[in-house]
Amino acid sequence: MLEEQKTELLSRFPDLTERKDCTYLAFNVAESQFKKVLQALRDDFGYSFLSNLTAVDWDSAENRFSVVYILFNMTSSNYVGVNVVCADSENPAIATVSDLWPAADWHEREVYDLFGITFTGHPDMRRILMWDSYPYHPLRKDFPLAGKPTDFPSDDVRERMGTTVLPAPMAGGPFTAGTGCSMHKMEPHAKDQSWNEKKTKPTAE
Amino acid sequence: MTSGSEYGYNSKVEGNVVVTKLDAAVNWVRKNSVWPMPMGLACCAIELMAVGGSRFDISRFGMEVMRFSPRQSDCMIVAGTVTYKMAEAVRRIYDQMAEPKWVIAMGACASTGGMYRSYSTLQGVDRIIPVDVYISGCPVRPEALLDGLMSLQKKIEREHSVPQLIKGRS
Repeated sequence: MLEEQKTELLSRFPDLTERKDCTYLAFNVAESQFKKVLQALRDDFGYSFLSNLTAVDWDSAENRFSVVYILFNMTSSNYVGVNVVCADSENPAIATVSDLWPAADWHEREVYDLFGITFTGHPDMRRILMWDSYPYHPLRKDFPLAGKPTDFPSDDVRERMGTTVLPAPMAGGPFTAGTGCSMHKMEPHAKDQSWNEKKTKPTAE
Repeated sequence: MTSGSEYGYNSKVEGNVVVTKLDAAVNWVRKNSVWPMPMGLACCAIELMAVGGSRFDISRFGMEVMRFSPRQSDCMIVAGTVTYKMAEAVRRIYDQMAEPKWVIAMGACASTGGMYRSYSTLQGVDRIIPVDVYISGCPVRPEALLDGLMSLQKKIEREHSVPQLIKGRS
């Protein structure tokens, strides 16, 4: 973002604070005015392309979830990030931007599916990846990678085959490649190999 | 046969009559015209297409008639990662196939969940449908799939198919 653009944006929205640790220019925006900021960036500053819309679970008691918008300027080839903290950590909700960018529709459904953040005003707030009756939001920090046991999505298959959704066997995983040794020894291995499918995980003393 | 002819050995029909077991005849017919249905779900499906192409050429083994409808096929090749969400569709398509039917779990994902040890992936398609042949590989090499199909042919050869046929008729 050009310096004069940044000065103009900050003069119009004096509450913005810059995020220092980003590879591109990014701002912390309050939930009350983030949509005005996004609209101004789209219409007045040339950031017309919604490059990414995602969320972060900070695993904290307060201000747990923040939604991240990354916009792209087609003329100057610049990115700008907008970071909005959800006020409610229990039932996080934020206004939709699918009226500004129709492309945000599916991104917001994905964020709702995986983080459980509701987008108010969204035309079709359903899950997009997991099945509709799935009870969890898998990208939250308190959700294990292996998953939690729950009901199989299809009733008739569950009745006939007795299949349920089980946690995946992790065997000490996830698996990572070794470092600091020669190439032929760098087989992917679990970080903790003291337990597997047959030996149970040792409990912490 | 005209009246007055002898039943039993007749030198006029020698060489034109083959005596066999009905099981063997039925199985011979079945194993040489397996109609596979590609259940392509991930990268193994690309290798499956290579097997259908001229370089590897599945038709050398009598099973080139890929049908994309479950009602016209009798061998489902599950090629790829089966998610819990997709599992319902896979089972439903299997149910729509006419008997006799066989299933090949192609590759690590379809056999065990493979590297997808995660909340969204079914850990092996044998949790929802009976599998006849498992093929290792990630993805499976075309030669391995051809070997798996030939293993399936050998398995079909050993089946007691006539009792099943009669049971199905009554």
